[in-house]
Amino acid sequence: MKIHEYQAKEILREYGVPVPRGGVASTKEKARKIAEELGGTVIVKAQIHAGGRGKGGGVKLAANADEAEEHAGNILGMNLVTHQTGAEGKEVQKVLIEEGIDIAQELYFGIVLDRVTGQLVLMASKEGGVEIEKVAAENPDAIMKEHIEPSVGIQPFQLRKLAFGLGLKGDAFKEATRFFSKLLKAYEANDSSLVEINPLVITADDKVIALDAKMNFDDNALYKHKNIMDMRDLTEEDPYEVEASKFDLNYIKLDGNIGCMVNGAGLAMATMDIIKLSGGEPANFLDVGGAANVATVENGFKILMSDKTIKAVLINIFGGIVRCDVVAKGVVEAAKNVKIDVPLIVRLEGTNAKEGREILENSSIDINVASNFSEGAQKAVELAKS
Amino acid sequence: MSILADKNTKLLVQGITGSEGSFHTKQMVEYGTTIVAGVTPGKGSESFEDIPVYNTVEDAVVNTGANASVIFVPPPFAADAIMESANAGVELVICITEGIPTLDMVKVNEYLKGGTTRLIGPNCPGLITPGEAKIGIMPGFIATPGRVGVISRSGTLTYEAVDQLTKQGLGQSTCIGIGGDPIIGSSFKDLLRLFEADEDTDAVVMIGEIGGSAEEEAADYVKSEMTKPVIGFIAGQTAPPGKRMGHAGAIIAGGKGTAAEKMKALSDAGIHVTENPSGLGELTKEVLG
Repeated sequence: MKIHEYQAKEILREYGVPVPRGGVASTKEKARKIAEELGGTVIVKAQIHAGGRGKGGGVKLAANADEAEEHAGNILGMNLVTHQTGAEGKEVQKVLIEEGIDIAQELYFGIVLDRVTGQLVLMASKEGGVEIEKVAAENPDAIMKEHIEPSVGIQPFQLRKLAFGLGLKGDAFKEATRFFSKLLKAYEANDSSLVEINPLVITADDKVIALDAKMNFDDNALYKHKNIMDMRDLTEEDPYEVEASKFDLNYIKLDGNIGCMVNGAGLAMATMDIIKLSGGEPANFLDVGGAANVATVENGFKILMSDKTIKAVLINIFGGIVRCDVVAKGVVEAAKNVKIDVPLIVRLEGTNAKEGREILENSSIDINVASNFSEGAQKAVELAKS
Repeated sequence: MSILADKNTKLLVQGITGSEGSFHTKQMVEYGTTIVAGVTPGKGSESFEDIPVYNTVEDAVVNTGANASVIFVPPPFAADAIMESANAGVELVICITEGIPTLDMVKVNEYLKGGTTRLIGPNCPGLITPGEAKIGIMPGFIATPGRVGVISRSGTLTYEAVDQLTKQGLGQSTCIGIGGDPIIGSSFKDLLRLFEADEDTDAVVMIGEIGGSAEEEAADYVKSEMTKPVIGFIAGQTAPPGKRMGHAGAIIAGGKGTAAEKMKALSDAGIHVTENPSGLGELTKEVLG
């Protein structure tokens, strides 16, 4: 799960990680008030989940409260387009107003799971304020890494290594090691999946501050953290995906016009792939899961039918624990409530496949039966074109 | 022969009295798997379908000689269940549970290091040695005894591959789902090594997916040490970056872990790669001649 920058900074503040003073506003009047309280130069930052906000015009410097109000007025409600939002952009509903910081140096600091070792890894780089993916690709040696042995935890020498490696001295050095250690506590205590401070700033008077903050969380661990779950911003998510998640369906909207409904994540991805290989484009990823029942299938089908870009639907089920007759019943139930106005191609294999096909054939729904995986995809692509 | 499990495997089921555990225990017994014990804390001295239930894994092992365990307990308790089995000296632990917090698995991973327990999963369908033992939730009827090994990160896509092999007249030695999470107990590489050493396996089908670098590591191993042919597919060629495709581990992060990269690594290592997931059976037949 993702959260906004202002929310991440609230969490960091709780753990004693230094962040700029500031407040969040959803009106320009409130923005002005915060700027007045902060005094002096402030930064107005659009709060959307995507990165690259500065380049898109979502981050502005304001010399005083008047300017802060003006910038907030312009940014709030704007459709912000960045390299991460896609061409459609994202409407800005909140801005973060923060004190101006006297920056001496911009660095990078991040914490993430290293899947190869199964350990958390701290990453630091002098190349702050730029896209870290780019640094990793072009100059991997510029990123220092320290792995954490889970049984003993992070050791002080590792923190020192990173701080020295960043070229820090004196007070900034001491503050940085404390900063790293507190940040790691915030990561571990909240079951994060990623923390990125980019840039991590050293001020002219040797303070270490998280100028920006990004925190993602492990969906599997959200049950432990109600406070984090409450930070979920549904307006940042695709409405179809939100609807699907209510029914425990894994759904992701894509750009094509062939809808698909599949059991299992791997088979769902493979179904998308084979649609593409057959000359079509998948409209979505939809995994009805290993415990699909009539209701989940019905709800999944409704979501597909509400997407008007879809020109054909391919249902690909390999019954194991999920029985094909149950899936077929779900489709029949859905058809009673939603009009099916696109061709439906069904491939059922595995447990009770024959019974499932019979249920569909005896229903009033017009279906195209496919005997295998690639035939199903080819039919779907043909029918979507006609 | 086969790898990991056969007719001599003595299985215990952790979470045998839960709804998942009880359902699949019956299915496994029906398949012919030897289940010697169940474990549900607080239900020791009861029994389930004539299988004795114990309070602890240690009790179960001491009393029945169980040498493998399958775990069906809910996510908040699953990491503990894995470590309990390892502590009791169980050689093979297969964790079916989906949704274990990653930081819990970081601890498990550390706990298992240097020990003798092999973990498969979590978030996996388990394994089948056709005609001998089924551990987990795979449908038994699709598999046929034979000489092709199958390793996959996915559940139903494994069934798809196994079904294709069977339809081509190619049976399987052992089929294993290794799980879709970021941290799993056994990797492609670990199991490829076992198949390489198994006299009764002639070729291996490996089905990877986007995210992580386990497929690349497997490719390195195949290139340097494997003599048997490997047939590969990577799911998620059309997956967008930054989106978790169902499995917690199936995500293209920071531009890394794409299907294209992985397919290239596999091909470069001499693995027979297909872009077409419905062509796995045919390709395997071709490769084996």
